[in-house]
Amino acid sequence: MSPETYAQVSNLLIPTATVIYVLALISHAMEWALGRASVAKAEVKEEVLVGSAGEQPAAEADEPVAPAASERMDAASRIGLLLTWLGFVLHLGGVVTRGLAAGRVPWGNMYEFSITASLAVAIVYLIFVSKYKLQWLGLGVTFVIAAVLGLASLALYTPAGPLVPALHSYWLVIHVSSAAISGGAFTVGGLVSVLYLVKARAERKVLAGGTMSASLRRLPSAEAMDGTAYKVLAFAFPLWTFGVLVAGPIWAEHAWGRYWGWDPKEVWSLVTWVVYAAYLHARATAGWRGRRAATIAIVGWFVFIFNFVGVNLLVSGLHSYAGV
Amino acid sequence: MSDVKDRIAASSKPEEPSTPPAMGLVGWLRWTWRQLTSMKTALVLLFLLALGAVPGSLVPQTPIDPIKVSDFLTAHKTLGPIYDKLGLFDVYKSAWFSAIYLLLFISLIGCVVPRLSVYAKGLRARPPKPPRNLNRLPGYERFEVDGGDDVLAAATRELRKRRFRVQTYDGAVGAERGYLREAGNLLFHFSLILALVGVAWGSLFGYRGTVLVVVGNGFSNTVAQYDDFTPGRAFSGDDDLPPFSLTVKNFEVKFQEDGPQKGAAREFKAQLAYQETPDAPEKSYDLLVNHPLKLDGSSVYLLGHGYAPRVTVKDGQGNVAFSGPAPFLPQDSNFSSFGVVKAPDARPMTLGFEGFFLPTAVIGPDGPVSVFPDDLNPQLVMTGYYGRPQPETGKPESVYQLDKSKLTQFQQNGDKWRFQLAPGQTVALPDKAGSITFNGYSRWVKLQVSHTPGTDLALAGILLAILGLMGSLFIHPRRTWVRVRDEDGRTVVEVAGLDRGPERGLGDEIQAITKSLKPAGPSKQEQP
Ligand code: HEM
Repeated sequence: MSPETYAQVSNLLIPTATVIYVLALISHAMEWALGRASVAKAEVKEEVLVGSAGEQPAAEADEPVAPAASERMDAASRIGLLLTWLGFVLHLGGVVTRGLAAGRVPWGNMYEFSITASLAVAIVYLIFVSKYKLQWLGLGVTFVIAAVLGLASLALYTPAGPLVPALHSYWLVIHVSSAAISGGAFTVGGLVSVLYLVKARAERKVLAGGTMSASLRRLPSAEAMDGTAYKVLAFAFPLWTFGVLVAGPIWAEHAWGRYWGWDPKEVWSLVTWVVYAAYLHARATAGWRGRRAATIAIVGWFVFIFNFVGVNLLVSGLHSYAGV
Repeated sequence: MSDVKDRIAASSKPEEPSTPPAMGLVGWLRWTWRQLTSMKTALVLLFLLALGAVPGSLVPQTPIDPIKVSDFLTAHKTLGPIYDKLGLFDVYKSAWFSAIYLLLFISLIGCVVPRLSVYAKGLRARPPKPPRNLNRLPGYERFEVDGGDDVLAAATRELRKRRFRVQTYDGAVGAERGYLREAGNLLFHFSLILALVGVAWGSLFGYRGTVLVVVGNGFSNTVAQYDDFTPGRAFSGDDDLPPFSLTVKNFEVKFQEDGPQKGAAREFKAQLAYQETPDAPEKSYDLLVNHPLKLDGSSVYLLGHGYAPRVTVKDGQGNVAFSGPAPFLPQDSNFSSFGVVKAPDARPMTLGFEGFFLPTAVIGPDGPVSVFPDDLNPQLVMTGYYGRPQPETGKPESVYQLDKSKLTQFQQNGDKWRFQLAPGQTVALPDKAGSITFNGYSRWVKLQVSHTPGTDLALAGILLAILGLMGSLFIHPRRTWVRVRDEDGRTVVEVAGLDRGPERGLGDEIQAITKSLKPAGPSKQEQP
């Protein structure tokens, strides 16, 4: 196939993947909507108590919800995951054909980085979904991916083309791929932390005599989610350290003759790194576990997003890509 | 023996009194030190570091873009001086930013050095005795067997197989693994210090300079030849510069000729001939953007390029007053390049010219502009000035700017005089003041030469830090106990465990150990 054909295939696959992700999103949204209805107060309270004392995620013990609703929620969840897989396959195809069209790695400008970074979110999610039973994250993950892909196609699209000389380096491959994958993990960790805060609040309400909707009860216990967030972020942090404090400086040394120059992108990468170091410290400090640690994880995620979007669009520096 | 983790925790306990004790100077100092090296302080300092780094990315910085800083100062009459006072134009060298990271690193040293000896002792510690109530631990299994004399021996074997360190007690075994997690954590924090020392070394003893060299010309590595030179604080002068020299033989550049990215650069290459020392043999090198030339610890980089029109100026007496290439600085992505030509030796009037070199000139609505970065239709569009000869002042003058304070612009037919030349063309100046010839043009390259010692140390530090970090984040320290006890003639076996890191998930392992200890045949068992 010629580069033009690859480019056309890519331009077809990416929007199709976006639509499939949106369908997955709708499916997960239905799962949540179904769960909002039924509430069984007494059982919930008991379950929370069991859930926080033992190791089992609370969701697995939940017999008491109306079985029909529960089944329908399960079905919606499964369909959502299936659609996410389908979207992922198309998405992967779109990114690969984009690379073939340009004859290089598909992350030389912001459009390409968006489609690749959102692919990284999908990869991290799909890796962890079976290992840590992460289906409950489907709503957030499909939302983020669909939003990024949609924005990329509508606002950032750049036709495939070769790179400016400064980007001709295998460090581009190493530096950007490690940044993208750790970014995917930051995103998953941030989403888990958001849900952690929601669930922890609901659990506190139940302990005070309140109720919890079935969709929240399907989530694992807050404590288990806290553990999941930690695992995902513990995976991301060394990779980010390597990407922005080893690969980035080595490349900058090759390209610009200095390994660190306080360029805005470098500054924000360092800020991201420091915030996640603070997250890991917070978890090791009594009294900072749980809610405050989760807040730091969310702040870290926003800092990462700002580094990618805000710094490219608002601040000028050496890292501004060709064609946005 | 007591346990590492608890002692470590004790050294960073949050419940420490937060008011200074009334204990005189020593007590007060000790209190301050303990506050500084506490985990909470580390957290706060990390946040301050993150927060403090931000303004440097939003406010223009003198070391990066001094012109933007002076623009900012002109545009913000009240805010500007305040920013200046706060050091916001040079955040990363400001006193307050330095204070944050110095405090952080003092805190870091104060935090990890004591942990080192605690850890060294902890390494030799044996796994502790089981606590009284094993069933209160998060991972707990229990079953009963008949006889059961060899349960503890089997448990020891199984735990050893799972790479636990095992200690036998009366009627119980204690086991622990994951000692390397703390080692990883210590390695990580120490390596950060190492990396910082490497960075500091480079900024003290390194140097960086840039120079613009017209193709065909040479450069030798002395401070005087640089256009711009930034030494580190401990840099001592020419003696610290390796004595190499180089000549730029040729420069090639390719631009995208069509498509949406038309005009984007595709390839630059500068062919150099260089000598490492004045008597060394000449060698050649192709300098590319990502491919610096390394010479005796210094590196030569290709940073940019541009055009240098070659002109000849004759004065009113018919003598050549200037001849040679004059580097013009590109102003946009199509290389519309601004520059000046000075002929201070012209008589009876000195002459000066300023204007644009346009590599691909077209006449637009606002006059001639360049529409492509390569040299498809090169034109020189300039205006001229004359003035009375001035005595030499010896003051250095910019080669890119014309001091027009003592010059008058040429007029023709009551209008400002301008001229446009193609290569090879000559134009006479008004009032028989002389002539200017556009002979052709060369390209120039901007080179950066820099030396940053300590880079290897910084890199090694960071790589070791990552290694330590992986140990610290992925090693899962935990304790396990197996205890046997007689109860109504039957043997009750209890297996329990405790996570010692932030991870959870010991339950599976406890179950697996229990399974391996249970007799294969049917036996009565119970679970809590
Ligand atoms: C540049 C500054 C620092 C950075 C980037 C940093 C980073 C980290 C990271 C990523 C971890 C997680 C590893 C783990 O969980 O074992 C960690 C743990 C730790 N840090 Fe730091 N740190 C810094 C400074 C400090 C300082 C100043 C202290 C002392 C007050 C300190 C004390 C600790 C302790 C005690 C742990 C272990 C927590 C545990 O046992 O889980 N760190 N640090």
